[in-house]
Amino acid sequence: MNGMSRIVKTVSRWVAPFIIAFGIYIALTGHLTPGGGFPGGVIIAGCFILLTLAYGKDRVKKIIGVGSAEIVDSLASLSFLCMGLLGYVFGGSFLSNFIQAGFPGNPFGLLSGGNMPIINLAIGFKVGGSLFVVFAFLALFRAIEED
Amino acid sequence: MFTYLLAFILFAVGLYSVINKRNLIKIIMGIIIMEHAVNAFLILIGYRLSGEAPIIEEGATVTEFVAAAVDPLPQALVITSIVIGLGVVALMVSLAVRIYQHYETFDITEIRKLRG
Amino acid sequence: MLPLFVAIPLGLGFLLPLLEEFRERSKLYAGAMILETGFLLALSLVKFGDKGIYRMGGWPPPIGINYVLDGLSSLIVVVISAIAFVTAIFSLTYMSEYRNLGKFYGLFSLMLAGMYGVALTGDVFNMYVYLEVAAISSYALVGFNRGPEEIEASFKYLVMGAVGSVFILLGIAMLYGSVGSLNIAEISVRVSEMADKSFILLSTALFIVGFGLKAAFVPFHSWLPDAHSSAPTPISAMLSGVLIKVLGIYALSRLLFNGLNLPELAPQVLTWVGAGSMFIGGMIALGQKDLKRLLAYSSVSQMGYITLGLGMGGVLISQGKPAIATLALIGGIFHLVNHATYKSLLFLFSGGVEKLYGTRDLSEISGITGLSPVSGAAGTVGTLSISGIPPFNGFWSKLVIVIAAIWGEMYPLAGIVLFTSAITLAYYLKVQKELFLGEVAERAGLPGKISPGLYLPLVILAICCIGLGLLYLPEFRGVVLKPAALALQEGSEYTKLVLGL
Repeated sequence: MNGMSRIVKTVSRWVAPFIIAFGIYIALTGHLTPGGGFPGGVIIAGCFILLTLAYGKDRVKKIIGVGSAEIVDSLASLSFLCMGLLGYVFGGSFLSNFIQAGFPGNPFGLLSGGNMPIINLAIGFKVGGSLFVVFAFLALFRAIEED
Repeated sequence: MFTYLLAFILFAVGLYSVINKRNLIKIIMGIIIMEHAVNAFLILIGYRLSGEAPIIEEGATVTEFVAAAVDPLPQALVITSIVIGLGVVALMVSLAVRIYQHYETFDITEIRKLRG
Repeated sequence: MLPLFVAIPLGLGFLLPLLEEFRERSKLYAGAMILETGFLLALSLVKFGDKGIYRMGGWPPPIGINYVLDGLSSLIVVVISAIAFVTAIFSLTYMSEYRNLGKFYGLFSLMLAGMYGVALTGDVFNMYVYLEVAAISSYALVGFNRGPEEIEASFKYLVMGAVGSVFILLGIAMLYGSVGSLNIAEISVRVSEMADKSFILLSTALFIVGFGLKAAFVPFHSWLPDAHSSAPTPISAMLSGVLIKVLGIYALSRLLFNGLNLPELAPQVLTWVGAGSMFIGGMIALGQKDLKRLLAYSSVSQMGYITLGLGMGGVLISQGKPAIATLALIGGIFHLVNHATYKSLLFLFSGGVEKLYGTRDLSEISGITGLSPVSGAAGTVGTLSISGIPPFNGFWSKLVIVIAAIWGEMYPLAGIVLFTSAITLAYYLKVQKELFLGEVAERAGLPGKISPGLYLPLVILAICCIGLGLLYLPEFRGVVLKPAALALQEGSEYTKLVLGL
């Protein structure tokens, strides 16, 4: 699969960091505005899919590759589980909001959610990584080997 | 009951497509339509006539909020259900690609190596 | 302690594919799986018989999600842990020639996490989420070998399972719309106060169809022979041994008995569906030539026994005969435990047979007792147990179901149970004649013996088959099975445990 024309390549290279920042913003303020972990993750994956469509599969396989996406995926889910176990240790039950008990923060502020922004960010990276892995296996690796 | 009629019609269309169509891709589309119909039904259950979005503004009290807002619990259920549907559809499409590589066709009447 | 049952398998499920990126060491992953299932088996045996709830995140019951440990869920957790432990020991040797084993054990662990979640949770939508986690992992595991037949079986299983899940979600939506709460104890309190129950009946119908697709009741059973015969052998044992029971019968009975307070015609429908499954599954199994397909149709038939026992219990409760109802429920739950042991024994045995002979066709294999006496003996114990021959455990559970049917004056059902037991004996006698006795068949170029890693789990399960027959005696029955039956029968105990009323 070849890439697209030079205009598409240039514009998508400039816009990509903003898309990732927008995705992280939606994931991080999930307790205040609509959104949360899952839509933020889909936007992050959408950015990488845009880069794949613009540049063609050979360059993307060399530069980004599937292995790093799988590592990000597993690390994000393990950090979600660690937040749950930390809630067990500090707060008394699994997934309890121990940060909010300690630092309440102002209402409607960013820090008022306790461990909600951290969990939303972990879910965002996990969903982004998973969707990119699914897309990569469907589109990038055409000749799947027989075994 | 009229508000739920659209969701039931979509559900029936999806179920018809899963049962009666012969092309694998149409069966996958049927399951997607059924899941969307159930998600729409879930959101419609939490609706209240002339209700507002369930976000507390600055300076609002809890009782006004409860009297005016739409039920937020089905919305959380629907977010989870959409993601589950995404996982199932991704798996179905990958399996359909593999079936095409093995059998060279999408027609389910010809994909019948397992009998009995 | 209760979230550990879900958190440890989830953690291993995320950790093993990550480790596989760096180095592929299959024995390490299999060893980690055996350690994890052994630890969970020890934990479930220690906590057997406790009753308590656990509040996730510290939120109190009607608002938050809580995990409930009562008589029935502690028994189911022990059954899941035991079968998973034995399957993990078996798959250490059996799966050694497959690739990508990190993903296999990761998916296996996720399936376990989903099953523990369904068994322990007290919230309807949480049960749906864990059910989907377990179901999606099993769809992927059935097609793990990536040959044409496995992919076709996995796709068929996927489509029917997804339709079942959508029906369950529609039932949950309708239930929430008419009741207004998602906690199972809270739903039972509000349903008993409702006057117009037509929406509850509609939800019940949707639940029976949805969970019936997951549990392979008779009009919806067509995915089961393909999926259970094409999956790798440890996965077949897990699917047929625990998955269709936990995701189908256990979830349905928890919702119908404890949540919806046994709506109008539901137990009668369960009884008819159970009788139909027993009969049709048995008849089709008589004509099978492939060993694993015969075992899969036999699973459809035996699930009918469990459904029949639970349905009879419900009918007798609504007729006002509590003592006989407890006996019928004990029969159904006893048969659930028994079927888990001897069906996984038979599936693991068929895996060993496939390794020895290279084929599963019954007309080409014979004389296994000559090749490997230990596994032959274990297989004989398995087939005798499932046919219902006296000192083994199958006989006792079928006896309890027949006695409950006769005391409850439902004589046609007792007749169907006895007739199906005769058919079961017939096709397992055919398996014994073809497979065990006779001369050793021609097998060019295949290994001569089964290694100990493959027959040790069979020996463990065969000892369980003989030992579980003791559960018929009133002392053991009162400790193990009666609390489980009473947890279903007396919904007020469940509500008191969860809501503290």
